Amino acid sequence: MSLVLDVRDATKVYGAGETAVHALRGVSLQVEPGDYVAIMGASGSGKSTLMNIIGCLDVPTAGEFHLDGVDVGALDDRRQAVVRNRKIGFVFQSFNLIPRMTALMNVELPLAYGGVKPAERRRRALAALDLVGLADRVGHQPNELSGGQQQRVAIARALVTSPTLLLADEPTGALDSTSTLDVLGIFDRLSAAGRTIVVITHEADVAEHAKRVVRLRDGRVIEDTRLAPVDGLPPRLKEVTA
Amino acid sequence: MSAVEIVRFAVRGLAANKMRSALTTLGILIGVAAVILLVAVGEGSSRSIQQNIQQLGANTLTVSSSTGGGGGGGGFRMARQQQDTGPRTQARPLTVDDARALADRAAAPHVSSVSPVVSANAQAASYDGASHPIQQVIGTYPSYFEASNKPVAQGTYFFNDDVLAARKVIVIGQTVAENLFGALDPVGRQITLTGVPFTVVGVLKEAGSTGGFQDADDVAIAPLTSVQQSLTGFGPLNQILVKAGSAGDVAAAQAEITSVLDQRHGVGGTVAADYQILNQATLQETVSAATSTFTVLLAAVAAISLLVGGIGITNIMLVTVTERTREIGIRKAIGAPRGAILGQFLVEATLLSLIGGLLGVAIAVAGAQFTIAGITPVVVPSSVVLALGVSVAIGLFFGSYPANRAARLRPIEALRFE
Ligand SMILES: Nc1ncnc2c1ncn2[C@@H]1O[C@H](COP(=O)(O)OP(=O)(O)OP(=O)(O)O)[C@@H](O)[C@H]1O
Ligand SMILES: [Mg+2]
Repeated sequence: MSLVLDVRDATKVYGAGETAVHALRGVSLQVEPGDYVAIMGASGSGKSTLMNIIGCLDVPTAGEFHLDGVDVGALDDRRQAVVRNRKIGFVFQSFNLIPRMTALMNVELPLAYGGVKPAERRRRALAALDLVGLADRVGHQPNELSGGQQQRVAIARALVTSPTLLLADEPTGALDSTSTLDVLGIFDRLSAAGRTIVVITHEADVAEHAKRVVRLRDGRVIEDTRLAPVDGLPPRLKEVTA
Repeated sequence: MSAVEIVRFAVRGLAANKMRSALTTLGILIGVAAVILLVAVGEGSSRSIQQNIQQLGANTLTVSSSTGGGGGGGGFRMARQQQDTGPRTQARPLTVDDARALADRAAAPHVSSVSPVVSANAQAASYDGASHPIQQVIGTYPSYFEASNKPVAQGTYFFNDDVLAARKVIVIGQTVAENLFGALDPVGRQITLTGVPFTVVGVLKEAGSTGGFQDADDVAIAPLTSVQQSLTGFGPLNQILVKAGSAGDVAAAQAEITSVLDQRHGVGGTVAADYQILNQATLQETVSAATSTFTVLLAAVAAISLLVGGIGITNIMLVTVTERTREIGIRKAIGAPRGAILGQFLVEATLLSLIGGLLGVAIAVAGAQFTIAGITPVVVPSSVVLALGVSVAIGLFFGSYPANRAARLRPIEALRFE
């Protein structure tokens, strides 16, 4: 079976000389289609660095990185933009919605850059917002939404292009427990529907929703535990759908 | 990602900061309006000067002495040359006999009329308590009216008989008529010119005050002999106004005048001419060279303000890009290609300058309807095209630096930007 994600011996060094920070010291990570991976580790262990590389937001100092069988590092600027647009959905800890644009416009944006026609764009954006339970908030701007609602808009935006891979860097880090459950419920249902998800988290509670937990320390993978089979359902799906 | 959408993003970006967009637009607006208006003022003054010259009358040549009298520049140079070259002791002034010789159809077949002219400036005239200093009193022959293109609106001209008999008759300009007579009909009334009574026989057609120069209507024209008797004395002529048969005859007439006068004044060999001939064409050339320099100067001043407006756009675009770096990062993270980001900011900059430019054109065209400093501006279409073109080019040029910087950022750099 072809891998969605194949990171081989990736290293990342920030700065140079004496002040150089080795954020990643050779990380390898393979993710199969349909997997639901939680990445854990202490603060500064390199989780976000790894995630940014996977999301094509940053480039590794050394090492190879294939996404859906494509060597992303070898692509030119324009093709990388297409990869970000079509293959990856990124959810940030700080939401990163564009201010003064309604929820609907924010969700439509990736489709606009992807060249989807306005009518089709609207239909798909509304469907994505409906999926995260925000059908009644489409006309609101980010500053008129709660944190949890903003994060759900961000998830809708990440999902709207039907990406191969959904990445989330501490998506519940800024949310209270109710909103956290909302978000985890969405992720679990997406996973049950077959979407490949990689999520970073500090909280063991959140990690327990994944099928597999990867632990980083000092820029290395120190532990890789499977909680549920790749083609099975996420372990705590029943709780969030109850 | 269609072009329409990029424009929509740009408009939204500008609308998000209306005050700033408006002020930037104002900078370009002022620059464009200044360029168009100042060029229009330059063009307007140049046209009015040309008109003044044309009012001299077509096909006319003005002969004046190079040595004082009514002569133009060059008198000093001529005097020096005489000392150097020696043979002749004195430059001869223009005389009525010179004029008569030019009127000889055998010697000068292309000359149709010759008018000797003497003039006296600022002569006090009065009528029944009212007084007015006439800017220029001209003594001449009746042919002068046609040659100098000064038709009479009321009454008549004077005639050759009047010149022969030195009758004290006079034709006055509109300004003189208004100042001395007000609403009265001046024809037939007697005015006093520096103590000498003159009978008004006619009033000139209004020439219109053209440009900021002298008032062409503040004149009086009387027979040559009368003016010489009462005002100037029987000295040299100020000038001789010669009218050629037609526009095509002007060059031939000028050659004939030269040969007649050279002979009479003993010019030739080492002896330089002691008179000069001005024709309308050369005068026009000289003046238009001067006025176009003036126009270029005005345009240069205005161009600087346009440049300042352009720097304003760069500044605003830099601020905008910096302020929205995070947004750029988000857009890139969700797959915005470099071209879309570049396009958005370039369109923003171009829209700012285009709107400013169009408003500037509108204001300049509106402003050109008014008289500015006595000059009726004439909008030059090429200046409108140029100012608009330059303002858009400025938007593109000065906007491209910040836009490029925004588009080249790596997503993570833009997202981390605080
Ligand atoms: N732009 C940068 N320049 C220099 N050093 C950086 C940069 N980004 C991250 N680092 C360093 O790299 C290391 C890994 O950072 P990273 O953000 O990946 O940690 P993390 O595991 O996500 O931590 P957290 O759980 O607190 O988010 C840290 O030591 C951090 O200081
Ligand atoms: Mg992190």
